[in-house]
Amino acid sequence: CDLFCSQNYPLYIRSVPTENELKFHYTVHTSLDVVDEKISAMGKALVDQRELYLGLLYPTEDYKVYGYVTNSKVKFVMVVDSSNTALRDNEIRSMFRKLHNSYTDIMCNPFYNPGDRIHSRAFDTMVNSMMMQVC
Amino acid sequence: MEQGPAGGSGPAAAAGTGGLLLPLSETEQQRYSELFSRCCPPPEAAAGGSSVGELFRASQLPPDTLHQITEVCGAKRVGYFGPAQFYIALKLIAAAQSGFPVRIESIKNELPLPRFMALKNDTEVCYGTPAEFHGVKFQVPHATLEKNSYKRTDEGDKQEHKSPPMSPICSPPASPSTYQRIPLSYGYGKARSGLEQQHGAPYEVRHSTHQQDGPSSGNYGAKSALTCSTPNRSLSVEREQQDSSSQYSDDPWRITEEQRDYYINQFRSLQPDLNAFISGQHAFPTGSVAKNFFTKSKLPIPELSHIWELSDVDCDGALTLPEFCAAFHLVVARKNGYQLPETLPETLLPEFLQAACLKPVRDCALFDSYSEPLPSSQQSRDFGRAEKSSAEEVPDNSALLQDGKKDDKQALKVSTTLKTIPKEFQHLTVKAAAQEPTALRARPRSRSYSSTSIEDAMKKGEEPPTPPPRPQKSHSRASSLDLNKIFQQNTQAVRSGWLPPPPPALPPRPSVSQTEQPSEVELHPQMNRPPSQAEENSSAKKEVVLAQPPSKPARRKLRTEAQGLETPELSPTINVTSSLPAVKPHLPVQKQSSKQKRAIQTAIRKNKEANAVLARLNSELQQQLKEVHKERIALETQLEQLRPVTVL
Repeated sequence: CDLFCSQNYPLYIRSVPTENELKFHYTVHTSLDVVDEKISAMGKALVDQRELYLGLLYPTEDYKVYGYVTNSKVKFVMVVDSSNTALRDNEIRSMFRKLHNSYTDIMCNPFYNPGDRIHSRAFDTMVNSMMMQVC
Repeated sequence: MEQGPAGGSGPAAAAGTGGLLLPLSETEQQRYSELFSRCCPPPEAAAGGSSVGELFRASQLPPDTLHQITEVCGAKRVGYFGPAQFYIALKLIAAAQSGFPVRIESIKNELPLPRFMALKNDTEVCYGTPAEFHGVKFQVPHATLEKNSYKRTDEGDKQEHKSPPMSPICSPPASPSTYQRIPLSYGYGKARSGLEQQHGAPYEVRHSTHQQDGPSSGNYGAKSALTCSTPNRSLSVEREQQDSSSQYSDDPWRITEEQRDYYINQFRSLQPDLNAFISGQHAFPTGSVAKNFFTKSKLPIPELSHIWELSDVDCDGALTLPEFCAAFHLVVARKNGYQLPETLPETLLPEFLQAACLKPVRDCALFDSYSEPLPSSQQSRDFGRAEKSSAEEVPDNSALLQDGKKDDKQALKVSTTLKTIPKEFQHLTVKAAAQEPTALRARPRSRSYSSTSIEDAMKKGEEPPTPPPRPQKSHSRASSLDLNKIFQQNTQAVRSGWLPPPPPALPPRPSVSQTEQPSEVELHPQMNRPPSQAEENSSAKKEVVLAQPPSKPARRKLRTEAQGLETPELSPTINVTSSLPAVKPHLPVQKQSSKQKRAIQTAIRKNKEANAVLARLNSELQQQLKEVHKERIALETQLEQLRPVTVL
């Protein structure tokens, strides 16, 4: 499940195989608190690529939540099944990187207003393919 | 609509590709491209009106239907029959013959090839008599008159008739000049003209196998070798020209030469350096250049967003020329009812387009100054961005450049055709043109296409999306054709967006460029004759015409309409006189003196019409002025009321 948040409202949500979207919504929203916590903890530290990746935010019994924040304070939250132990940190990072790249591509579109829901088909395709790989 | 002999037309041909966008089956393509080449053998992009008219008449559809078809395919609007319009028209004929209503939607289905009874030679089609074609204004070269009589005798019995007139007459606007915005149209047009015109043996075989259009095939066979060869030549030339830019295939996503030129022109209006790019956003508070530009097309934002996504392949937030062409093309397609693809069609890829873009750029003398290789545009991104910031100045520069260029090209069909670009993005250029007090010629030019584009865009919001200006059936006379179209569109454009409806009667401009009377021809069938004659003196007249604009600086203020009208007024007289001597040598055989008289009479008529149009325009402008005054007074009073408050 992916979710993009900006100003703490979701820009984009996508979940794969499971249909518990509502549960994911809740999870993501709660994890936002953790993200904010980490952001504030970083202080004025220079924000580089590495720090954009927030790592495992919240391991629960069922799933893991990973966070990533862009320089413009757009947060990417990823929830994956704990059963997917094959997912390593590097893979998560690369996924976030891909997400970030796609997001910047969307930003380049002059018809896209930051803060709008993301309806880009290319973006959808990318996210779907990525999630298919994992799940 | 009469089913007509369409029953015979083999439905086998209807095995269209059935793509999402009005695809043409292979046979259709061949047939159409054949027919098209028949109609305009020379390497022109538009089919001669007269020949097209003949062809249509050969379809044995009632005049009303043919008229409707002409309107639907956009030939009237554009003023000539470019490949796109031609193909659409052919498809519509097929639809009509099959009993479908004459609509764009009806040709989305697979249809049998249209049947043309006693199809005349391509040449004839090319130089067909538009006058006979109801409402369709074709330029009627004198040769056409010949054909007309010929045709009348045998209802579409096309003979070598066309051969002689073919070369001089059938000079439809250079393909680059014709803007076929409708992908369908050009897609079809190519196929159709190729099919129908390329009436060579191989085609005949195809025809016989695919469609039992015995008569039409027979007619084709009747064509002389010359006819066949000419279309072949023309078609090959066309193909050659447009090959890179996606030619006559059934792919609606291909950009024809005319469209490409139009796009390039528009790009130029936004960014004079073809190597640079149009930024999606820039620092100006006015917003992004490209965004505003495409917003004018009045497409919904999500669709525009998708179009941008598709066309900005490098995702840099800016559009290079090929990207811009692709985006513009997608906008055009969408406006004409095509669904946007999920991925960028192959023919719209920037690499693909770049090569093609280079061609028109180089071919077009108009763009001499911009003949830098397009690929370099990729490198100058940053630079382009900086340039883009001066979006305001771009139109001026482009206009200025156009002015300079205009001097070079008299017979610039390209420029003229460019003017006939859809009026979507007129505003930019119009503003630029307004700012330029000089180069009257350039003004009409820039205005023509810019205005047309903007106006078109504006109009699109107002009217049901109509096909972008397509090459009218004016056929041979590219120059005249273009000018006419430009003026027509200028007026139309202005009407929709800017000023009070400009006098729609562009007819007064018949002899503007001699040949380019397609628009006028459309409006006034009578005009066909003088234009046809004028055609002969194309080059001479064009110079005359061009010389005309500068002589009337005062009127230029009126912008497009004024200019358009002025030039026609002046040009008709001059053209007539100059055409007289010129006509004689040109007129092959026929009654030259009678034609001259006709030309003179037509010119007189046109002048009168022009006068009427100008008078109307004048009154309209006066009204506008009054309204503006009122507004001003109201604002001033408001200001007065507010003033005491602030003075506290």
